[in-house]
Amino acid sequence: MAAVIELKGVDKIYRGMPDVQVLFGIDLAFEERSFNSIVGESGSGKSTLLNIVGTLDRPTNGEVLVDGIATAGMKKDGVAQVRNRTIGFVFQFHYLLPEFTALENVLMPYVIGHRKPSREVLDWADELFELAGITRVKNNLATKMSGGQQQRTAIVRALINKPRVVLADEPTGNLDSENTANIYARFRDINERYGTTFIIVTHDRRVAEQTDRIVEIRDGRILMDIAK
Amino acid sequence: MSLPLRIAVRFLLSGKAQTILIVGGIAVAISVQVFVGLLLDSLQAGLIQNTVGNSPQITITSAEENVTIGQWEEIVTLSESLSGTGPVGVSVSANAFVNKGNDTVPVLVRGLDAVAVNSVYGLSDNLYEGALIQSSGEVLIGRDLSEELEISLGDRLQVRTPGGAAVDYRVSGFFDLGVAAIDGSWVVTNLRTAQNLFGFGDRVTSVEMKVPELFTADLVAGNIEALLDDDSLKVANWKDENESLLNAIQSQSISSNMIQVVIIISVAIAIASILSISVLQKRRQVGILKAMGIRDSAASQIFVYQGLLIGVIAGIVGIALGVGLLWSFTTFATSGGESVIDFRFDPVFMLRSFVVAIVASGIAGLIPARRSLQLTPVEVIREG
Repeated sequence: MAAVIELKGVDKIYRGMPDVQVLFGIDLAFEERSFNSIVGESGSGKSTLLNIVGTLDRPTNGEVLVDGIATAGMKKDGVAQVRNRTIGFVFQFHYLLPEFTALENVLMPYVIGHRKPSREVLDWADELFELAGITRVKNNLATKMSGGQQQRTAIVRALINKPRVVLADEPTGNLDSENTANIYARFRDINERYGTTFIIVTHDRRVAEQTDRIVEIRDGRILMDIAK
Repeated sequence: MSLPLRIAVRFLLSGKAQTILIVGGIAVAISVQVFVGLLLDSLQAGLIQNTVGNSPQITITSAEENVTIGQWEEIVTLSESLSGTGPVGVSVSANAFVNKGNDTVPVLVRGLDAVAVNSVYGLSDNLYEGALIQSSGEVLIGRDLSEELEISLGDRLQVRTPGGAAVDYRVSGFFDLGVAAIDGSWVVTNLRTAQNLFGFGDRVTSVEMKVPELFTADLVAGNIEALLDDDSLKVANWKDENESLLNAIQSQSISSNMIQVVIIISVAIAIASILSISVLQKRRQVGILKAMGIRDSAASQIFVYQGLLIGVIAGIVGIALGVGLLWSFTTFATSGGESVIDFRFDPVFMLRSFVVAIVASGIAGLIPARRSLQLTPVEVIREG
């Protein structure tokens, strides 16, 4: 199957006194429709890796290809457009805009790329809200929801543009075990239903074991890469 | 509505109390700017109106003293044909005496044609008792002179010329032009009566006119002088004769403009600093929007729009407040029952203030907009 995201010889060095190298020559590819996890200790470089995979950060050396397109030579706006169309993000914190309702937050990535949401998109949003089990609160302000509802809204937001890839960085780090199980079940469901590639960063081995491929990072290098 | 504008509106609405305080503070500053500008405008307009409003703004006389003009009809026709001139009248002026008991009082006899009476001197509007001259043999006198002579409406007034002629006239009305020199010394009659009294025949002593645009008087006077091309005539205008008044007005305008510029600068600085804080407050939101793929330019537009929105609302409120302040001032600041100044509503000035407020706010918004450009989503995500 084709790679939706590919990293070739990626180094990341934070300049300072002294320089700190966080990633060392990472070669990694994620296939479309796959369900992956990146595990590692705190400070291993897994979040930096995810930020580079998601084009939020640029590598010091090496290449990042999204859907076969190299992003290194692109201008910031070009990268922003690729990100908007191809990648959905779910972070440890929900990062909803508190000034907007759940529905407005969910539609934001679409509005950024296309201006006015079409009927189809509104229907799609409804379907996702239903899937996430939060239809009841879709018109609530982001601040007027529980932690679980906020995180699920963030997941719906990540899916609104039907991205090829969803990147999730410790998406259940702030949730209880029931909510955690619920959210991974949703991820798997979406992966199977819509063929969305998932890359989940976690420090929790139990979570990682539910995915089809585990990439383990230690000290900025790939220690292990196991596919089921 | 574009996305940056929608987000800007939502950001402003989400912190209502803060927005109200910001808009209120800036509106007060704009209201002071509008009030100061309109007040000085009104004061100056009133001052000029009082000084030259009821007198000719261009006067053509003989270059030599005590010489009359014969070809005045040609001068009137020529002046009227020229663009930039208003009503053109003619008059006879000559010194004379009137009796007060056993004393004599020097007066200036003014024989005016109908245009001069009504349009140049505005006597018909400033007559407070009696009626305008209907026939030869009637005169009007000013309030101060009537009080000095203790004369009543319908009384006879004997006017004696330096040449020895003495004629009795009936006083048909009293005027008050608010200028002591005129109200205390003028004896106004019609042109023919004055010409007969002084034996001027059909000649006059001056051609007098108004100009609709007061401040063009020197240019119009120059044009008339060039067209007449006659060294025996002198063309005078109010600006040359009131240089000190003009200097005072000019200095007042400069100081008023300086005050207004300082206020505008302080408004711009206030908006820039408030929005810079807003960038800090909203850095998380901006970072999230960037992570979702909003372009840098669109993200920075949010802050320009916030500046413009604050400018528009504060501009409208500030102008309304400024006009309200001036209205209160003209209504309540009175002297002897009359307003100290006339309320003058200058839409061009207010529109200018509004545009300046918006432009200043927009420019002020550029500073935080630039700061937002440097913000990257990774910074926000790392902060957690």
